[in-house]
Amino acid sequence: MTATTTSARSDLSELGRSETALRTFLHGLPGVDQVGAEQRAAQLGTRSIKTTAKAEAIDLAIRMVDLTTLEGADTPGKVRALAAKALRPDPADPTCPHVGAVCVYPAMVPHVAEVLRGSAVHLASVATAFPSGQAPLDVKLADTRAAVAAGADEIDMVINRGAFLAGRYTEVYDEIVATKEACGDAHLKVILETGELATYDNVRRASWLGMLAGGDFIKTSTGKVPVAATLPVTLVMLEAVRDFRAATGRQVGVKPAGGIKNTKDAIKYLVLVNETVGADWLSPDWFRFGASSLLNDLLMQRTKLTTGIYSGPDYFTLD
Amino acid sequence: MMFEYAPAPESRAIVDIRSSYGLFIDGKFVDGENLDKTVNPATEEVLAEVTWAGTQDVDRAVRAARKAYDKVWGPMPGRDRAKYLYRIARLVQERSRELAVLESLDNGKPIRESRDVDLPLVAAHFFYYAGWADKLPYAGFGADPQPLGVAAQVIPWNFPLLMLAWKVAPALAAGNTVVLKPAETTPLTALLFAEICQQADLPAGVVNIVTGAGDTGRALVEHPGVDKVAFTGSTGVGKAIARSVAGTRKKVTLELGGKAANIVYDDAPIDQAVEGIVNGIFFNQGHVCCAGSRLLVQENVAEQVLDALKRRMALLRVGDPLDKNTDVGAINSAAQLARIRELSDAGAAEGAQRWSPPCELPERGFWFAPTIFTGVTQAHRVAREEIFGPVLSVLTFRTPAEAVEKANNTPYGLSAGIWTDKGSRILWTADRLRAGVVWANTFNKFDPTSPFGGYKESGYGREGGRHGLEGYLNV
Repeated sequence: MTATTTSARSDLSELGRSETALRTFLHGLPGVDQVGAEQRAAQLGTRSIKTTAKAEAIDLAIRMVDLTTLEGADTPGKVRALAAKALRPDPADPTCPHVGAVCVYPAMVPHVAEVLRGSAVHLASVATAFPSGQAPLDVKLADTRAAVAAGADEIDMVINRGAFLAGRYTEVYDEIVATKEACGDAHLKVILETGELATYDNVRRASWLGMLAGGDFIKTSTGKVPVAATLPVTLVMLEAVRDFRAATGRQVGVKPAGGIKNTKDAIKYLVLVNETVGADWLSPDWFRFGASSLLNDLLMQRTKLTTGIYSGPDYFTLD
Repeated sequence: MMFEYAPAPESRAIVDIRSSYGLFIDGKFVDGENLDKTVNPATEEVLAEVTWAGTQDVDRAVRAARKAYDKVWGPMPGRDRAKYLYRIARLVQERSRELAVLESLDNGKPIRESRDVDLPLVAAHFFYYAGWADKLPYAGFGADPQPLGVAAQVIPWNFPLLMLAWKVAPALAAGNTVVLKPAETTPLTALLFAEICQQADLPAGVVNIVTGAGDTGRALVEHPGVDKVAFTGSTGVGKAIARSVAGTRKKVTLELGGKAANIVYDDAPIDQAVEGIVNGIFFNQGHVCCAGSRLLVQENVAEQVLDALKRRMALLRVGDPLDKNTDVGAINSAAQLARIRELSDAGAAEGAQRWSPPCELPERGFWFAPTIFTGVTQAHRVAREEIFGPVLSVLTFRTPAEAVEKANNTPYGLSAGIWTDKGSRILWTADRLRAGVVWANTFNKFDPTSPFGGYKESGYGREGGRHGLEGYLNV
């Protein structure tokens, strides 16, 4: 993966034009041994992060949260409240950092935009017929453009898993390219829905596909299928972005989403980042958590560390 | 942003270390005359004084074991022996944190390893062999296999308590009594195990523990009252033992040195292979007889694998064994450190390229940075001799046949590793490797159900599994 950067770069940009070339490349990536990958992730999960390291990790994790609500029941009032919380997660403590972004459905984007205007908190919107992606391409692209026009500066798209699993890689590739174009200046996060890809080999291939097609981030899951983010899946994706940068010079971010509920989990992910790709990715520009309930646990742990007192969940807003 | 882990030390308050220990003979601790110190290799701090057993002490221990064999343990039904073994296994689990801390203090291995690998395996071995105690007629060694009598067991310092379990559990399950000599640099967990035997009400004399060095071991092995000798340690000592028991009735198993090849083919899952290489040689500071100390990597992926390996090695956390985040602990003794240094210097002098990641070593204690040698040939000493430290020799190969030839071209034959995504290549290679254990797409995996032992100068006899009973039965 470290070989001859310049020639590799020009080679890779051509890959999406040919089904055969793309397939040959993706299937030529080194395999992932399931037992080994899971063992490595579990081993990193035993790291003991205490005292000062824990305090730093909690603040970093807060800055990396994509504070998310993706419910049919979302209302303008609810998402405004969420946006306000994103700006000041702990109103009692001005030293508490703001989160990375707020993530909502396209229809809710204008309401969030009002609150976030002028702040450093990003506004992410899911698009492309999230979560299933089962819509015609022009509908998906219109969905994307509408979200960007309403003020989203980050778009979380879903890949066409049916096409990917059927081996129609250029179809998936072309959709990502088209969505990226529809995004304009907005950052594109490509959701692989790893719970539906089933194998780590597929996760590695889909990661490369998403990056080759121009994704700025690769993201594990929609949070709408039974298996969401896991440590080993995130490990495989981190290895992919590391190798992709070595091959092309372009850095891509990673976003595990779904099922990350508490501080302990979040810190395990940060350890994984630290010991797989290192300091370059330990920033909200390059690593995010797609989560909703995680933030409150981070705040409770933060308060515990600063005050020595563990205050109950009633002291933090639910949304 | 840099993410530095704050120190996360495991508390040593959980374990009470006495200022001095006697010998455990006939169910009691008895004071001896000759005391010597055992130190914490990470700090050189003296942990305790331990008795060095003399010939008369050994004789008393063997006689106690004989008496227990004749009167209690030999005649006892298997199901009752099993009860004691299950009880010991449960006590090991209950006291595992205490044992893990003591093991790390006395041996220098990281607490993560003693806690997550050694102690769970120790308990698993006792549970496993407890299950065999009343089922010996079904082990495949005849309708009514009989125990041998008194087993003399001499174990090394790299996995003190685990090697004790490998020896004691099958011996007791089969109906033998034992006299065990732990290594002189790591006697403490064996002495704590003696307390566990008392706690379990194990009949007096069934397990006897005599501490000491080579002289004690020799007195034990050569004692005429011993029916079985089991030794794990260096090939040199193993040969001396084989000579000394030749012509006697004593049955012998020897588990000796190794210089295992870890073969990485070009279609291997590279990221996991790199983990396996690291685990193969830096696990337990490389103080592992089955360590993957020779990396054989296919030349068309050698550069890629080496880059990834170096990147990974730079992440290894070397330091305080009791810190829960430590990956590589202290070298067990000054003598072992001197040997590792001598062989590494020889590697550099013979022209191999030496590389270690930047790594700050503590000032006190015995430490050696994880090291790899590239450009190694089969003729180099670092490719032939067992270093028993965190030092990896990297060789390349072009064809599978060459990989097998190089892997087998060693006087040892304890273990080997194969990394490839192709099942047929795993089988083809494993069929041709002369090694007792062959791991595929993993390394240093142990399980009580799996037999372990060597070819050639790595010894004879098997430990673990049904096969491990054979060495303790009159078959």
